Amino acid sequence: MAEKLTLDLVTPYRHVLSEEVDELTAPGSVGDFGILPAHTPLLTTLRIGELSYRRGNEQFHVAINWGFVEVENDHVTVLVETAEPADEIDLERAKAALGRAEEALKKLSPEDKEFAVMRSALDRAMVRIQVAGRQTRR
Amino acid sequence: MPTLKEIKKRITSVKNTRQITKAMKMVSAAKLRRAQDSVIAARPYADKMLNVLSSLAQREDPEAHALLQQRGKRRALIVLLTADRGLCGGFNANVSKAAERMIRQNKEGYEAIDLMMIGRKGNDYLKRRKGMNIVKVYENITGNISYSTASLLGQEIVEWYNEEKYDAVFLAYNAFRSAISQDPTISQLLPIIPREEDATEQHVPEYIYEPNRSEVLAQVLPKHVEVQIFRALLESVASEHGARMSAMDSASKNASEMMGRLTLAYNRARQAAITKELMEIISGAESVK
Repeated sequence: MAEKLTLDLVTPYRHVLSEEVDELTAPGSVGDFGILPAHTPLLTTLRIGELSYRRGNEQFHVAINWGFVEVENDHVTVLVETAEPADEIDLERAKAALGRAEEALKKLSPEDKEFAVMRSALDRAMVRIQVAGRQTRR
Repeated sequence: MPTLKEIKKRITSVKNTRQITKAMKMVSAAKLRRAQDSVIAARPYADKMLNVLSSLAQREDPEAHALLQQRGKRRALIVLLTADRGLCGGFNANVSKAAERMIRQNKEGYEAIDLMMIGRKGNDYLKRRKGMNIVKVYENITGNISYSTASLLGQEIVEWYNEEKYDAVFLAYNAFRSAISQDPTISQLLPIIPREEDATEQHVPEYIYEPNRSEVLAQVLPKHVEVQIFRALLESVASEHGARMSAMDSASKNASEMMGRLTLAYNRARQAAITKELMEIISGAESVK
């Protein structure tokens, strides 16, 4: 396969990465999906989860927060609120955040306004730990 | 004619002032650099967001989503961004005055125009004025801007808008042009006006939308508001440091100039005193003869 995808990962704080990749897997709001070169134009929202891409034989993982993806002409633009590549994740902090979120969730009932907030904090922490784990295994 | 001692005292005091203004200038210059970097870093995200939003909004019926609906002019909210600290030239006054002018000019058009204050100085300035209705004040949030701050503000504003508490929301802030120039700007935040795109100029491909177009739009719109606020906050902070830097620079220059003048006056007074003493001695010696 000669063609490659150009991946741009952008957050409000910085342009995280801009790379040529072979394949991309992202957590869409209606389910995970993969993108290969020559994909049809697509615009979709993302949920909290793990975005991974392959360059040659190397696989990279990034923990992301809410955002969306635009695919056009083999150019993939990922706009997310936060993006943490696996090697930048502070595992200790993520674990602490997980503990805090779990504690808070125990006290709240699903009707509370804060429940959704804590719930997504929990999700974020879990994804971060998961992504960081992949880094150490490689 | 001030005495020698008095002039000397003034010189020392001006010198101290200059030292402080110089230090403040240095600090602002360093902070400006950082703020400038984050403004630039935030730009691609905001631009891309606007692109996506515009292409979506063109294909959707504007009435379909509350944040795009023009509900007529009834109650408006102005979100005013100023600094928490002074000593930055016309920075706070300019934008506060721009907001005040806007309220006065549009009094007839709207039922009411309320104000939301971000930053202490704008609040200090406008709370004493007549006819200013301040509904909320946030202080000390511009020190270290995170996206989540902007996000919380955005959610609050969108909530008010959806409750029909307000029918239009404006952002008043100092747009960052360069280190020495800031533009007091008032821009409309809600309802969102999608940028008019020239269909012939730019080809917009027909996307596949997941889950579907209006769902994507509904998620993107409130985020767009947050991004706009985030950007305005960053620009305002960068402008603040820029304004403070140039204000402190001219203050230091003025202090140097003043020191020059005072030193001259001091030397003249000293010379005059010496001459006077000499004359006294000579005339004294003369009379003894």
